[in-house]
Amino acid sequence: MNEQLQIENPKLTVHDLNFYYGKFQAIKSVSMDIPEKKVTAFIGPSGCGKSTLLRVFNRLYELYPGQRAEGEIRLDGANILDRDQDITLLRAKVGMVFQKPTPFPMSIYDNISFGVKLYENLSRGEMDERVEWALSKAALWKEVKDKLNQSGSSLSGGQQQRLCIARGIAIKPEVLLLDEPCSALDPISTSRIEELVNELKADYTVVIVTHNMQQAARVSDFTAYMYLGELIEFGATDNIFIKPKRKETEDYITGRFG
Amino acid sequence: MPPMDAVLSDPAFQNRSQAAYNKQPPPSARLPWMDAFFKNLTRFFAFFVFSILAAILISLLYHSQLTLAKFGFGFLFVDEWDPVKEEFGALVPIYGTLVSSAIAMIIGIPVSFGIALFLTELSPNWLKRPLGTAIEMLAAIPSIIYGMWGLFVFAPLFGEYVQPVLVKLLGPLPIFGPLFKGPSMGIGMLTAGIILAVMVIPFITAVMRDVFELVPAMFKESAYGLGATTWEVVWNVVLPYTKIGVVGGVMLGLGRALGETMAVTFVIGNSHRLSASLLAPGNSIASSLANEFTEAVGALHSSALIELGLILFLITTIVLALSKLLLQQLAKHEGTKS
Repeated sequence: MNEQLQIENPKLTVHDLNFYYGKFQAIKSVSMDIPEKKVTAFIGPSGCGKSTLLRVFNRLYELYPGQRAEGEIRLDGANILDRDQDITLLRAKVGMVFQKPTPFPMSIYDNISFGVKLYENLSRGEMDERVEWALSKAALWKEVKDKLNQSGSSLSGGQQQRLCIARGIAIKPEVLLLDEPCSALDPISTSRIEELVNELKADYTVVIVTHNMQQAARVSDFTAYMYLGELIEFGATDNIFIKPKRKETEDYITGRFG
Repeated sequence: MPPMDAVLSDPAFQNRSQAAYNKQPPPSARLPWMDAFFKNLTRFFAFFVFSILAAILISLLYHSQLTLAKFGFGFLFVDEWDPVKEEFGALVPIYGTLVSSAIAMIIGIPVSFGIALFLTELSPNWLKRPLGTAIEMLAAIPSIIYGMWGLFVFAPLFGEYVQPVLVKLLGPLPIFGPLFKGPSMGIGMLTAGIILAVMVIPFITAVMRDVFELVPAMFKESAYGLGATTWEVVWNVVLPYTKIGVVGGVMLGLGRALGETMAVTFVIGNSHRLSASLLAPGNSIASSLANEFTEAVGALHSSALIELGLILFLITTIVLALSKLLLQQLAKHEGTKS
């Protein structure tokens, strides 16, 4: 393995992480530091374990029997893989947005307030403020402010995805996980989401999985290249894309492989 | 592989399209009239449904015209049912049908929801199949067996051990009290309702499970990802997402409960007396028909029974209409689409 990248103030520290789908090992001894309030991109060919790694960060894999993680991931010092880690609190701190927009079958307003209500008991006025805040953060407020009572599924695909991001940030997480958030979107919607990611890193630690290398180069500060469950190279995005240290990374980035 | 030039200059290759043109298509087995025939056949089947529906409605109306003319709307609100004096009113069986079905739904819907939730969200994989199969088998048991089991096994035990407790605990209550008064006979409205609940649970459960499984995993993951518990995910995301299917399943169960004949006839008590107590014997439309049709000698008695059938038909239609209205209300609550 390559020497581990030194990061000054890591938000998440992954140490010797292994992950198994039943008997199949999807992540092999990965160690890395995810920097705070930066955008970190995971790239690599399909099946390399990048999405899996993302799903370990909020322990979403636990919904499925047979999937298990071994190792250590420290979030602000505490190991989130500990048995006594409160999963609900972990997921309040580590939000996630998926490949396809998943607006819940309720109004736009309720889509945002749903998550907030799980943690906080806000008055109607406070909730109104929070909804406006989250939607503004996700650059959606102007487009939906007159139709908050309409169904979330009445929005366009790009708007739905921004709604999902707003829903994620409404509960004020510290880390935001984006699992190929633009893979179902058109180029214009994609560029809006990318702008949004750029703004979000002022307040949040963002981890984004993407198949699109240009996207990784555009939005991220750090990039990790994974292959067959291993972390091949991790470094500042400029270094990874301009002068990668490893031959495998260079082959993938230049399109000779993958 | 031979080099490209060699392939291209091969005469067989150059003549390939010509050869394809020269080849005769195989004689078609399809005849032009078959398409039209098939189209009309399916249309005939579809309209057949309408004509059957109309035929049933017309014959029910035709054969019940005697009582329709004699009692009019009063038929619905009179609790007298005396074949000797030829006085007929449908209040008791209507009440019995509605109340026994309501009991069945009050018990059946939450239990079915619980089973379906367990099967789709919580059950370990090895238990899913056996449990699912057991529920499907429960649905396949003929209703007469439920009736016999209810009469010979359930009712005596229920009358002996459960009803006295209900009378003691709930009897003195101010509003619900009158529902739980009287002697513990085992058979009666409540027993019928419980047997019906057991009968409709497999139907409602099977539909709920099927529609719950249709919810894309990503939706559930999004809600779990926000930190929601299983209950919050199912209640706030899965259930609204599947509401049409769930209401459909409930209606399927309700339809079965309203029309169920044999099992209810065994345990409801078959008494044409209106009683506030759920423990007292009563009667339902279907069990009245089953009990009395063979004995109905007078033309008026037959006509009254057929009118009961007509009423049952109307009740199911109204229930169906109400369920559509309910769905519309739910859609409004969710927010208008586009």
